[in-house]
Amino acid sequence: MAASGTTLSDIVKRHEADLLVDWVAALRAADARRDDLIRESELREQCREFLSLFGPAVAAGTDDVRTAAWDPVRELLAGISRSRAQQGFSPSEIASFVFSVKRPLFARLRQELGGDGGRLADEVMAATAALDQLGLYTTEVYQTSREDVIRRQQQEMMELSTPVVKLWDGVLALPMIGTLDSGRTQVVMESLLQRIVETGAEIAILDITGVPTVDTLVAQHLLKTVTAARLMGAECIISGIRPQIAQTIVHLGVDLQGVLTKASLADAFAVAMRRKGLRVVKDAGRGSDVGGRGLDRT
Amino acid sequence: MPTTSPDAARAETLSIAVEADVVRVRQAVRTRAAALGFSIVDQTKVVTAASELARNTLKHGGGGHCRVEPVTAGGRVGLRLVFEDQGPGIPDVRLALTDGYTTGGGMGLGLSGSRRLMTDFDLWSEVGKGTRVTVAKWK
Repeated sequence: MAASGTTLSDIVKRHEADLLVDWVAALRAADARRDDLIRESELREQCREFLSLFGPAVAAGTDDVRTAAWDPVRELLAGISRSRAQQGFSPSEIASFVFSVKRPLFARLRQELGGDGGRLADEVMAATAALDQLGLYTTEVYQTSREDVIRRQQQEMMELSTPVVKLWDGVLALPMIGTLDSGRTQVVMESLLQRIVETGAEIAILDITGVPTVDTLVAQHLLKTVTAARLMGAECIISGIRPQIAQTIVHLGVDLQGVLTKASLADAFAVAMRRKGLRVVKDAGRGSDVGGRGLDRT
Repeated sequence: MPTTSPDAARAETLSIAVEADVVRVRQAVRTRAAALGFSIVDQTKVVTAASELARNTLKHGGGGHCRVEPVTAGGRVGLRLVFEDQGPGIPDVRLALTDGYTTGGGMGLGLSGSRRLMTDFDLWSEVGKGTRVTVAKWK
């Protein structure tokens, strides 16, 4: 295998220039409609770099591309795959970048080894084995970079979906939406406690209107948050408890005694106002039902 | 009202291997219960029980699967859920069903609470073999 390896790498090296021309032409023909995504000069440079690294890697004598000899080639392809994924190429278009070198390469092999059918078959097989793995490798990288994007978005969503809002001086509200798993509850608790410190709030309203299922784990998380807030000197009100959630909590046997709960955020806010000695009065000067409301200290 | 979709009557089996699977089980059960015409309260009860039992399967059973199947008996429509794992099993079933008893740091209400949320409740467990919880809710 070592001897044939040398031959393949020799041929790549000797024909590098015309291989490059044929390969770029083949890529351009196949990807004619991708002109918008990548510049010819960039494509040519990527092809040139690949050929210059592919030759020496083949010369190492192994077609297993996971070995160290192939490190530079894999590194180059990983970069190409990632940048193309960002440019909007599909995984098969990215893999075709590697596969499309086969035709020009095999043409050169036939030209050089045409007389020796056995050697030609060996070389074609060796080259195919390596190129197929490399093509699949670009897909793998593409997949991984996509997964990274999803993970990052999940992380961002977690932060976005747990805003702590100030309703009034000393009154915070935390509208919770979606599934409350352990990771999210941790973020919720941290951001709430942080805001309690920053604002010196005395009352925090945890609104669970947007939480579809309140099971024992969610209940436990809520109770822990309430306890932690209490330790920081803030009283918590849990609001947004719908009738079906109330019945379910009772059947589950979860004890929410000692925690102030309200059906709606508005009710909870009214309680918070009372606690702070504030009340909402209608402005006598204005007759309208909407607007014209002010807050008075009693 | 029950939908006319043929899928609504078919049983489906979901695997429970990671935390996200608990959410998937919940969503599948909610869709089924709604399709069968359960009231919002009953939907919520079934989904909550499913959430507890799926988490038990994951946490105590080391993962397993959940079978969701609509059932009929004597003209009544119901939804049956079967949670099965090949985990370590429960040494003392009576103790496990006691309110407040926990081995996992939870509230100790998942199993007993699920029994109260559902109409039928059956627990089979053998140490070293696994656990199977079968629950059903009838309309």
